[in-house]
Amino acid sequence: MTAYQESRSVRPVLPVGRGELSHAVIAALAGGRPLAAGTETVRADPYGDDLQLALYVLYELHYQGFAGVDDEREWDPELLEFRRVLEQRFLESLRCQVRSASSLEEALAALLVEPVVADHEDAGVSHHLQREGSLENLREYAALRSLYHLKEADPHAWVLPRLYGRAKAAMAAVEFDEFGAGRAQDLHARLYADLMEDLSLDIGYGRYLDAAPAEELATVNQMSLFGLHRSLRGALVGHFAAVEATSSPGSRRLAQAMRRTGAGPAAERFYDEHVEADAVHEQIVRRDVIGGLLADEPQLEADIAFGIESTKFLEDRLGAHLLHAWRGNRSALRRPLNSVLPTP
Amino acid sequence: MEVVADDGSVSTSHRFVAAICTCRRSRIYPWCDTSHRRRTRPDEKVDQEGAAEPAAGGVGR
Repeated sequence: MTAYQESRSVRPVLPVGRGELSHAVIAALAGGRPLAAGTETVRADPYGDDLQLALYVLYELHYQGFAGVDDEREWDPELLEFRRVLEQRFLESLRCQVRSASSLEEALAALLVEPVVADHEDAGVSHHLQREGSLENLREYAALRSLYHLKEADPHAWVLPRLYGRAKAAMAAVEFDEFGAGRAQDLHARLYADLMEDLSLDIGYGRYLDAAPAEELATVNQMSLFGLHRSLRGALVGHFAAVEATSSPGSRRLAQAMRRTGAGPAAERFYDEHVEADAVHEQIVRRDVIGGLLADEPQLEADIAFGIESTKFLEDRLGAHLLHAWRGNRSALRRPLNSVLPTP
Repeated sequence: MEVVADDGSVSTSHRFVAAICTCRRSRIYPWCDTSHRRRTRPDEKVDQEGAAEPAAGGVGR
């Protein structure tokens, strides 16, 4: 029997730039050179391809790095200063978008309601995939979500040292479950790699970065932003609550989509596991992570609500992009899957 | 943790906490799958009560 080849045993190659900002970051990393970009004039679209890719590449230095890039660049002061300018633009924009945000109580209540959607009505991505998504739609969905799921729960682990007491114990327990509860073969990132194999996708980490649209990059950058900043610990917890609370019913629909299209047993298992696991996680995150954090630091209430609302905002943008493409019989990726060559 | 049903069948969970369905709507009974949630039309305000929340079982609970 050959040893299991982990998705993350390969170092990803740097992506192709999508504009001035991302070109500057990628060139600095590829050439081992200082960053040749001013930080004073960043006016790029905060949700656009260029800014989101630049940010994604800079954040990735904290996870897996890139082939041919010195690991020490993670703490290069110029890159960090540049990252700060980009993330401020992203964060300020998110704060503006959800400025009319509801109270935390309202934001949490909205997560715990399931919309009833008639067959003829527009619905979210998971409804679409459950009802009529093609196997090719599912492959595209899996490819772009791999940017997160191959490092599932990693951005949230950064919040642990910033929590204490009840919130910390509960957050660590949920993360332990995400990381396979002591069994490497049950790591959710591993279950996702198994799903990708069922769908004949390349499990190599970072393989689909060039294919991912800005809307997907933004959802992953949001987690990294909230995870890396202690000042955003409330927002990180709110984001986690939003993900865990919406995952269980969404995963049920995606498991049905996998069964309907005959995607394969590992593809079904990934979503089946999330139906049961996230019904538990939702309870723990609401009662003990949020409850504990609010008891310790009541001033974070608005930021927890911001984390929930901004997650919904970015997920809705991604959903709209995917459905628009698929309903027009187009690929939702920047590079269709059949043009993505296998890793050499 | 093991849950023994009235017919004697046993369900086992190795999770640190299990959410046990108390509304009887779950498709993965005896575990909760969030089917207790209130269901609303997208354009409707939330006003009716949902079914029972799950009970938590497990270490320290």
